[in-house]
Amino acid sequence: MKKILYTLLFLLPLSVSASSGVKLESADIDLSDSASLERGAHHYVTYCLGCHSAKHIRYKRIAMDLKLDEAEILKNVAPLGAGIYDQMHSAMNGHDAEKWFGTTPPDLSLIARSRGADWLYSYLKGFYSEPGKPTGVNNAVFKDVAMPNVFWQQQGTQEAVVKTVDGQEVIAELKLVEPGQLSAKEFDRMVNDLVNFLVYVGEPVQLERQQMGKYVLFFILMFIVLAYLLKKEYWKDVH
Amino acid sequence: MKDRMNKCSSWLLERFPISDLWNEHMAHYYAPKNFNIWYFFGSLALFVLVNQFITGILLTMNYKPDAKLAFDSVEYIMRDVNWGWLVRYMHSTGASAFFIVVYLHMFRGLMYGSFKQPRELIWIFGMLIFVCLMAEAFMGYLLPWGQMSYWGAQVIISLFSAIPVVGDELSLWIRGDYVVSDATLNRFFAFHVIAVPLVLLILVFLHIVALHEVGSNNPDGIEIKKNLNWKGHPIDGIPFHPYYTVKDLVGVGVFMFFFAVVIFYMPELGGFFLEHANFIPADPLKTPEHIAPVWYFTPFYAILRAVPDKFAGVIAMGGAIVVLFMLPWLDRSPVKSIRYRGGIFKKAVLLFVIAFIGLGYLGTQPATPGATTVARVLTAVYFGFFLLMPLYTRWEKTKPVSERLTEHPTLEERIPELKALVDEIVAVETAPGPMGATIVKRRPNYAGIQAVLIRFAKNLKKSLD
Repeated sequence: MKKILYTLLFLLPLSVSASSGVKLESADIDLSDSASLERGAHHYVTYCLGCHSAKHIRYKRIAMDLKLDEAEILKNVAPLGAGIYDQMHSAMNGHDAEKWFGTTPPDLSLIARSRGADWLYSYLKGFYSEPGKPTGVNNAVFKDVAMPNVFWQQQGTQEAVVKTVDGQEVIAELKLVEPGQLSAKEFDRMVNDLVNFLVYVGEPVQLERQQMGKYVLFFILMFIVLAYLLKKEYWKDVH
Repeated sequence: MKDRMNKCSSWLLERFPISDLWNEHMAHYYAPKNFNIWYFFGSLALFVLVNQFITGILLTMNYKPDAKLAFDSVEYIMRDVNWGWLVRYMHSTGASAFFIVVYLHMFRGLMYGSFKQPRELIWIFGMLIFVCLMAEAFMGYLLPWGQMSYWGAQVIISLFSAIPVVGDELSLWIRGDYVVSDATLNRFFAFHVIAVPLVLLILVFLHIVALHEVGSNNPDGIEIKKNLNWKGHPIDGIPFHPYYTVKDLVGVGVFMFFFAVVIFYMPELGGFFLEHANFIPADPLKTPEHIAPVWYFTPFYAILRAVPDKFAGVIAMGGAIVVLFMLPWLDRSPVKSIRYRGGIFKKAVLLFVIAFIGLGYLGTQPATPGATTVARVLTAVYFGFFLLMPLYTRWEKTKPVSERLTEHPTLEERIPELKALVDEIVAVETAPGPMGATIVKRRPNYAGIQAVLIRFAKNLKKSLD
């Protein structure tokens, strides 16, 4: 009985600590920051769209939600030849991808909803050099991922500092050994913009939904007040 | 004009008993006047049912029951269909809300003995509704064709293969394929959209007809029909309409408020209402690390996992539901309501609630050895509550039951009491501020909080006697 009690007591904290492997950095998500979303869209088309489609979003929708001019988004964001009603399709076909990477790069329309913003932010910043790998890099958040570090020019080269915990080697931190084109702060902003965009793409309506929410709640509150007064009036004679 | 209207209505009334039906089930249906907060959940369940029907019909207009198209068609609804996101969230949140409301409704029945003679059949119909609802939710969950939809269905259907002799054939017959596939999706769609809702509707009809035949129970567990006035109406009863229609309207309002908070601000509810892994399209070749059903199935899932043998686990899981059907015959207490029962029953109910919530939590977590041990203990408590009921309800000494309904302070009447409580736990400091104003600082009053907690614990202990 005592054993069970102890198990019960220790179960909760254990289950929390067991689930987290690497500590995730937190992304600064602000969907009302249209400039950040536009930069993120631009980064997405430049660095991600080559392999990863985002087929559930159209350029038209991005233009509408970010209040951008249609001609402007086609010129600044969309790849050459894309039309305004097009979905964000990748040019790479699945057959080639399979041959090159051993797996098809997933569509990223909903990646922010399945993985979460912090995971994406930490993952994109989590590449470190490991010469034995086919891509020359490994990832601290997603071990042995097939994806290369697409930001190697901007970020520079990171190396893993390992420490030994309970006889197992774990990554303590990532150290920048060769600086890239961007400073650490500029690079963080770039990744953050990209993650912000992915969160937006995951559910384009979410900002509108939250803004609408307060009017709905106000309306329902008014309804509750009226319904309550009605109830009180009817129930006066019950007792 | 008015004359013509009258003619029309009398034409109708001569041919269809609208006014009789209305009177029998609304205006002249006498309900006990002391319904408390627990009695909102019946009408709320009906409200959610209507919500699910309407939003469900709208969803089928754009959903494609095809393994290649299903996932994308849901995203199409979320993005390109006007207000599609709202309809979809209303339906997905509605599913969870349905179970919250129904679990509370069932717990109400358990507390006040609403399942006892003469209401056994109402309880049976209600349990059939619950089973139907589980089938409906399970099949509906496959339709978005995400990873969790797919693997959840795979796990649950494979449970049938644990049945000796016919198991493998049976699970093959259910799936229509060797794995969950397009064939499974299509038949689940048919069941989710047509077959089960029809059965559900019939059962709800029977549930209400049976209820109106014997009349509603109440928190005191007394038959109000025993005290009639000179007109033959129960003295302690009031007509359902208008009294409870207007009261339930308030309940619907409060429910809608919480419902809207979830829909507009947290539609995934931290992965409980919409699981994160379900935003990844179903992949028959990639098993997720951790397969967990949606929260409303987790208590039963935890029971399944707690039993070491697969077939025995399936039996235990089924038994956890079957035992609920037998409740009217397991309970041998002469009184209905928990208010007049002895301490043993109250403590048993408390243990049961702890076991149910505990199992629900464990069902969402990976099955570590420690968690499995706890799940086994809680499973024993769950079954113990029901199977030992014939013994402890007969032994225990009950309190004398009141002749008439008793009055308890309503929520409104307890507002001054709540205000006093807030004053007790908040320490107020005033300090002179600039320009003659006073600054009021509010801090938690730890001594007050301690006193309140001690009093609460004492009251709890007393209420269990």
